[in-house]
Amino acid sequence: MIWNKLYECMEREELLKLQGERVSSMVQRVYDSVPFYRKKLQEKGIEPGDITTIGDLKKLPFTTKQDLRDNYPFGLFTVPHADIVRLHASSGTTGKSTVVGYTHNDIQMWSEVVARSLTMAGVGKSDLIQVAYGYGLFTGGLGLHYGAEKVGATVIPISGGNTKKQLQLMEDFGSTVLACTPSYAAYLGEALVEEKIDRKHIKLKAGIFGAEPWTEEMRSQIEQLLGIKAYDIYGLSEIIGPGVSMECHCQKGMHIFEDHFIPEIINPESGEVLPYGELGELVFTPATKEAMPLIRYRTRDLTRLHADRCECGRTLVRMEKCVGRSDDMLIIRGVNVFPSQVESVLLEMSETKPHYLLVVDRENNLDTLEIRVEIEEQFFSDEVKELEGLRKRIKANISSILGISATIRLVEPGTIERSMGKAQRVIDNRKIK
Amino acid sequence: MIIKQLSVFLENRTGRLTELTGILAANDINISAFSIADTADYGILRMIVGRPDAAAEILREAGFAVKITDVVGMNIPHRPGGLHKALQIISDNNVAIDYMYAFASGDGKSTVVIRAESLQQLIDLLREHKMELLQEGDVYQV
Ligand SMILES: [Zn+2]
Repeated sequence: MIWNKLYECMEREELLKLQGERVSSMVQRVYDSVPFYRKKLQEKGIEPGDITTIGDLKKLPFTTKQDLRDNYPFGLFTVPHADIVRLHASSGTTGKSTVVGYTHNDIQMWSEVVARSLTMAGVGKSDLIQVAYGYGLFTGGLGLHYGAEKVGATVIPISGGNTKKQLQLMEDFGSTVLACTPSYAAYLGEALVEEKIDRKHIKLKAGIFGAEPWTEEMRSQIEQLLGIKAYDIYGLSEIIGPGVSMECHCQKGMHIFEDHFIPEIINPESGEVLPYGELGELVFTPATKEAMPLIRYRTRDLTRLHADRCECGRTLVRMEKCVGRSDDMLIIRGVNVFPSQVESVLLEMSETKPHYLLVVDRENNLDTLEIRVEIEEQFFSDEVKELEGLRKRIKANISSILGISATIRLVEPGTIERSMGKAQRVIDNRKIK
Repeated sequence: MIIKQLSVFLENRTGRLTELTGILAANDINISAFSIADTADYGILRMIVGRPDAAAEILREAGFAVKITDVVGMNIPHRPGGLHKALQIISDNNVAIDYMYAFASGDGKSTVVIRAESLQQLIDLLREHKMELLQEGDVYQV
């Protein structure tokens, strides 16, 4: 099922034309009503009239998270307060939070893209969707809520937490779809086993998970624990919230709703636009947003875009699961290296787990990279030739992905520090010297 | 006649081996033989201990990567040509050995620990040639 064939299956040429029109009118709007953007464009010598096609997008300056903080709280709004119907804010772990506003039409558009997303996961009128994302300033709960209502599903707005209640309602109401963060989904799955609830009493068939990075390994774990198909949804409040992109049943990346959110991949160092298929920082221009459109917003998420046609019939580009943050980028011997690339290599090898540490140093003016990888007991062979074989395979895979060679050092299990979320993945000794 | 050997992955860090032997001593586990195969960064410690299953459990809890491997122990007389005779039999019969190490038992005999791809074949062969095999009771603590 496709919610909106007109836009989701639009011929690329037609779509690019539509994007051009939308960007052009958006630039005019922000130029007229946001002093920050007017100044920024004037500094670059750009008049709104210079932007007529999608090809002109690359002439425009970027917007960063810092720009949002500098204009806290309402500095980037393009409409009078009377037209704002909702505010959301991100919890800033560092510094001020960022505030986003929505007009009535923005909420409609958001509901539309979430409805498209839910349809991709097979959610329809007869489904009961348990929204266990937090409701509140965070966009997760309400974002899913409005989209689910638009689809016509029955919404259970339980919000996050209270695991016992989650399981009880899941069983009593017969929820068919679960929407929450992947880590909470895994937690609920484990709780289900612990509470010895019979799987036959659970009707869940699909899960819509996002708002934090997760791996394919987690996906299979969740699918197994809950007995569902797990879908990845992507979004960020600066752009709209959940529903910027979503996986279809083919699960070959997340389709970006490009008629509203125009994606680009750039080199995070130079800002240069990269072609489809190359790894770089994801940039969005939410051109149809009324309350707070942004010009080329830098998400700091690293991924690739693919524009070849998907088997599902949608023509929208697909983005891969984000492989990390551009802030994490290291430059080693002139090559851009992301710790997440190492992680993906280790995840793909069946004999390793992604417990690793990159140690960067400089010897005789040459950068060195050592990657420490923990030995997994089930793959530990007591023969040196086997372990050396493993080490060589890791080395070969790493150098083919990173484009530079690294020294691989096998270390004892549990010796690399881990913590939930922000594990230290890099020690850069070059900075100290 | 198959003896359980403990193999432990050890980083080449000062004191790491001492830490391990300390843990075994504290848990009253006897080590009757050991050898280390090492590279620049790490080593594989192979040991014959008194209570292999308990030792594996204790070491795992202490964070070591441990593997239990089956090996064969063979007693050879402590005199010139003793080892040679045994090895000659093995190589004449094309049994591939992965690794081996030896320890002296003190009563005029040495014990050789052998790991081979096909352990049963090795045991049958050694028996056929009347070689004296190490029994579980010779090394395991009760
Ligand atoms: Zn698709």
